Amino acid sequence: MTWTWFHRLASPPYVYALAARLTPWFAWPAALLIVGGLWGGLVLAPPDYQQGDGFRIIYVHAPSAWMSLMVYTTMAVAAAVGLIWRIKVAHAVAASCAPIGASFTFAALVTGALWGEPMWGTYWEWDPRLTSELILLFLYLGYMGLRAGIEDTQRADRASALLAVVGVVNVPIIHYSVTWWNSLHQAPSVMRLSRPAMPSSMLLPLLMMLLGFTLYFVAVLLVRLRSEVLARERSASWIREAVSA
Amino acid sequence: MRAFLDMGGYAAFVWPAYLVTLTVVVLNIVWARRALSRSRADARRRLDRRGGEP
Amino acid sequence: MSAPGVPAAAALAGTAAVQDGGGVQLAGALDAARLALLRDLKLAFRKRGQLVQPLAFFALVTMLFPLGLSPELSRLREIAPGVLWVAALLASLLALEFLFRDDAYDGTLEQYALSGQSLTALMFAKTAAHWLLTGLPLALVAPLAALSLGAPLAALGGIVASVAVGSVALSLIGSIGAALTLGMKRSGALLSLLTLPLSLPVLIYGARATQLAMSGATPLAPLELLGALAVLGVTLAPIAAAAAVRISLE
Repeated sequence: MTWTWFHRLASPPYVYALAARLTPWFAWPAALLIVGGLWGGLVLAPPDYQQGDGFRIIYVHAPSAWMSLMVYTTMAVAAAVGLIWRIKVAHAVAASCAPIGASFTFAALVTGALWGEPMWGTYWEWDPRLTSELILLFLYLGYMGLRAGIEDTQRADRASALLAVVGVVNVPIIHYSVTWWNSLHQAPSVMRLSRPAMPSSMLLPLLMMLLGFTLYFVAVLLVRLRSEVLARERSASWIREAVSA
Repeated sequence: MRAFLDMGGYAAFVWPAYLVTLTVVVLNIVWARRALSRSRADARRRLDRRGGEP
Repeated sequence: MSAPGVPAAAALAGTAAVQDGGGVQLAGALDAARLALLRDLKLAFRKRGQLVQPLAFFALVTMLFPLGLSPELSRLREIAPGVLWVAALLASLLALEFLFRDDAYDGTLEQYALSGQSLTALMFAKTAAHWLLTGLPLALVAPLAALSLGAPLAALGGIVASVAVGSVALSLIGSIGAALTLGMKRSGALLSLLTLPLSLPVLIYGARATQLAMSGATPLAPLELLGALAVLGVTLAPIAAAAAVRISLE
């Protein structure tokens, strides 16, 4: 039973149709959660005793940072599946992830900088987390650059998939070495969420935002996935019906 | 309302942060939808060129 | 230009003895690797001039800093570890061009892939040759650059060691990017974008080792970390590079 399900997921026409059906099921809950989280975070949550209202940036910074990492992991897993089992749909998933992840990494860096300046007096700091986030952006750009540089879609899929897998293996190594380097050269990073446990009035909107963004990611991924799946089907009879609908 | 917009004095940081994130959220939706319609148009064109036969 | 390729491939195929798999296959792979290594070294020596280029680049980049900043050795000494390693990283990036370019051009790489020998072993051999031709010379030139930036004589041993070990990791990491961008024209910027993030740990530990060596302390801890990276690279990079070559040759 499960095997059939897995096989169907590898079928482009099935995935194309399924993605269309599933998108609203992720998009609307995502919208609700995000709006609810924004309301809770901007209006209902009390100001922080240390950071005043400035702490509210966390409600966009944390989801962005979470997205940047989660999307990269998804991308790498999809790439590995595509590489090992030669499933085109998996490569399509990986390709769909990249622009989403890169843009949210950028958002994480910008919102992090905007949080840093009033709170810790500097827009940028070479602390492990920010530095690792910046490196992650370069990993995304490298992935997208490699894809763009190879004309043949299948080759581009496989080459970038290998790069994604190599990258994901390296991420812990890079993060470890950056943390090690940072611990040598500075007093413990100031840009740390050094706080006692958050009260639930602050925590709940944050969780809503994190979950909302995750569902949003799936919704956007499903839309992109459909276009990536289409692009990889050169000549297939199911396309005719699918695109004239 | 004014107090809300003022964000305890941090308005110059909080609102741009929200704006940037919102822009990225919206842009991703726009790009995804545009990519899909472009792919569909491409597929239609390919089919037309082959006389409707895949 | 294909002349060096054909005999090499024939020799490789010849070592694929078909007797009883297992041990004979391993011997075949080792022989093939040895042949590939020697071939690369021989071919490189015919174009000895090219080997100097990355070293000259390294020396030049190092020289930029005193000229751009200040000739005071006391100030240079402070930034020397970073400068040396940034220059070493960039020079090794430049040298990566030599790894696959000629073999991809004259079809030898395809022969390797089709030869039935372990492409992983061949990648390891090529990367080893590359290190002998670029990384090791870099390690020998680095002390001169370090001296010019005010390093004390006592630091030189540690510096040679760190660059020697670090460049092993750099060659291995670089081989993956080079294999992925095979055949791309003007792939320099993309190759850098792919390789530099993955090389950051080498930079971090290498610069730290140099810094410790220059301050008179023992650079053993970061050297061991560099060694660990090199070992990890030796284990994994040739496999990835072989896979990348196969993908690029499709």
